[in-house]
Amino acid sequence: MGIGPALAVSGLYKRYGDLVAVDGVSFEVSEGEFFGILGPNGAGKTTTLEIAEGLREPDAGSVRLLGEAPWPRNLALLPRIGVQLQASAFFERLTAREQLETFGALYGVGSARVGEMLELVGLSDKASTPEAKLSGGQRQRLSIACALVHDPDVVFLDEPTAALDPQARRNLWDVLREVQARGKTIVYTTHYLDEAEVLCDRVAIMDHGRILALDAPARLVRDLDAATRVILERGVLPAEQARVLPGADSVTEDEQSLTISTRTAAPLLSALAERGTLGGLQVRTATLEDVFLDLTGREYRA
Amino acid sequence: MTVTESPAENRTAPAVAPSASFRALSTAMFKGFIRDKATLFFTFLFPLMFLVIFGLIFADAGESKPKIGVVGEGPVITALDRSGVAELERLDSPAEAERQVREGDLPAYVTQNGDTVTLRYAASDQNQAGTVLGLVNGIVSQANVAATGQPPTFTLNAAQVEDESLEAIQYMAPGFLSWAVAIAAVFGAALTFVNWRKKQVLRRLRLAPVRPVTVLTSRVVVSLGVAVLQFGVFLGVALLPMFGLQLTGQWWLAIPLLVLGTLAFFSIGMLVGAFCKTEEAASGVANLITLPMAFLSGAFFPTESMPGWLQDVSWVLPMRHLNEGMLDVMVRGQGVEALLVPALVLIGFTAVVGLVAAKIFRWED
Repeated sequence: MGIGPALAVSGLYKRYGDLVAVDGVSFEVSEGEFFGILGPNGAGKTTTLEIAEGLREPDAGSVRLLGEAPWPRNLALLPRIGVQLQASAFFERLTAREQLETFGALYGVGSARVGEMLELVGLSDKASTPEAKLSGGQRQRLSIACALVHDPDVVFLDEPTAALDPQARRNLWDVLREVQARGKTIVYTTHYLDEAEVLCDRVAIMDHGRILALDAPARLVRDLDAATRVILERGVLPAEQARVLPGADSVTEDEQSLTISTRTAAPLLSALAERGTLGGLQVRTATLEDVFLDLTGREYRA
Repeated sequence: MTVTESPAENRTAPAVAPSASFRALSTAMFKGFIRDKATLFFTFLFPLMFLVIFGLIFADAGESKPKIGVVGEGPVITALDRSGVAELERLDSPAEAERQVREGDLPAYVTQNGDTVTLRYAASDQNQAGTVLGLVNGIVSQANVAATGQPPTFTLNAAQVEDESLEAIQYMAPGFLSWAVAIAAVFGAALTFVNWRKKQVLRRLRLAPVRPVTVLTSRVVVSLGVAVLQFGVFLGVALLPMFGLQLTGQWWLAIPLLVLGTLAFFSIGMLVGAFCKTEEAASGVANLITLPMAFLSGAFFPTESMPGWLQDVSWVLPMRHLNEGMLDVMVRGQGVEALLVPALVLIGFTAVVGLVAAKIFRWED
């Protein structure tokens, strides 16, 4: 293949009444890429995703999904994309296995594939459990299995980790990594910046319907050129001594800790090591949250 | 670029055999139906409960005879006894009989003393008094004719027009069946569409290569299957000796009618499902439609007791036609010609309401 990107959207614009949900969004996703759209609630992530999937018609702009237009409903395209919606769209009173069998049959997929999908998302032992009796995390995993049952090329996931406990979230990360390892292109939305940083090849940070930044998470953070913070327990080292350490730009102190900001962490850390003050030491580099703060001038709140 | 493992035919062949999707969706919905105890209750047990209660209440309604007290013996009393038109209660003395009639325990009593037959009745119950008066008068006249030794000049040959065994159960069984089928089809269609819209199943189906008509027909087929099951269960119960339903010749002609009726009710359910946003609202509206429709269509009691204008209005209801058609073929002994009008009306109704429902149908809120 290698013929153009898996997904290309350009100049998307969508308004609901007075609210401009998506305001000039353009990006491309290559084949096999794990692409994240992130931002706080109401940023326009879901609308962007729905337009890309072909569920909504944009007021302006164009979408090419696997080289085709997803709107109006494109029956030829549908078998090649897999979609997990925000609500768990399941049939009533069916077991996990039956849900997968039903969705599979809509794509002409035999039941052999169902077992494989259950295993992929770690639900083999829950195959006969009614969907309603699954935990939130299990239901999300089943939902992803249903999106993947027909072996699509591009997978859209809308906030798959929302409302999950930390353990369930991490389980799901493993599933998502495995999906990517199978060569799928993944486009997903999240409001967890830390998660996007860990999972995505590239992220688009959205706010108020616009893309504020788009790049690999590491590059976004690096470009921020933010100071590294080295945090020590209070009392381990007097502040006046910390200020004269090599590489220390500034030092602040509160009840619990002493924080040294630096742009050259290596000499600072070796100086601290020489003094034997590494006990309880933390090094914090900038994160996507700092990028968001830098872009919007406000704290990130999901 | 790595080559993904997606088979090449996916690129060109969008069509999954509609029959596979159809089968999968019908199976999924049928499983959902039989696993829902509340729905099973309201589909089968709830209407059956009514059939059983009403069936037992009216079990003897067809044979209710007036009770007459008799004192003494004589040819007229013997003839009255043999005619079987009244239930006789033997009493010892006219005084005792008089007391019972005065107190309202008996509507009337008869004594024969030689050639004189005395009938004393309580005028407080005009209906009963009239009936008893007519009965005894008839017997006396017959006895008079017989006493002359001449053959009677005129004979009256009276018989009811319905099947001789027409009892309450005969019109109740088709009636309650119509009602049960309406509940199942209206609620089934309405709740499925509301639930699927709310839970985004419709949306998910829109993203699968399945045609809307496949989704719709798979749901219709489940409703039709349920209706046929209801037909079997209802007849099975009503035919038990304790209820005593007697079917006439071509009763099975009710099945095509039932199918058309189910389609009409399904179209009502689609309309309700297209309008309502929540399951609660859909249930309320479905109840608001099915219950008055059942009353007006004569599902619970014959429509003759309604005012004329209301009877006229009732002909716009699909259940009225279904009910009437089922009575014709199931208990009135009519043939396939009785299906024509109900069938045409039901098809027309389904087409109109179905089109309106399709027009206002929404994939999502």
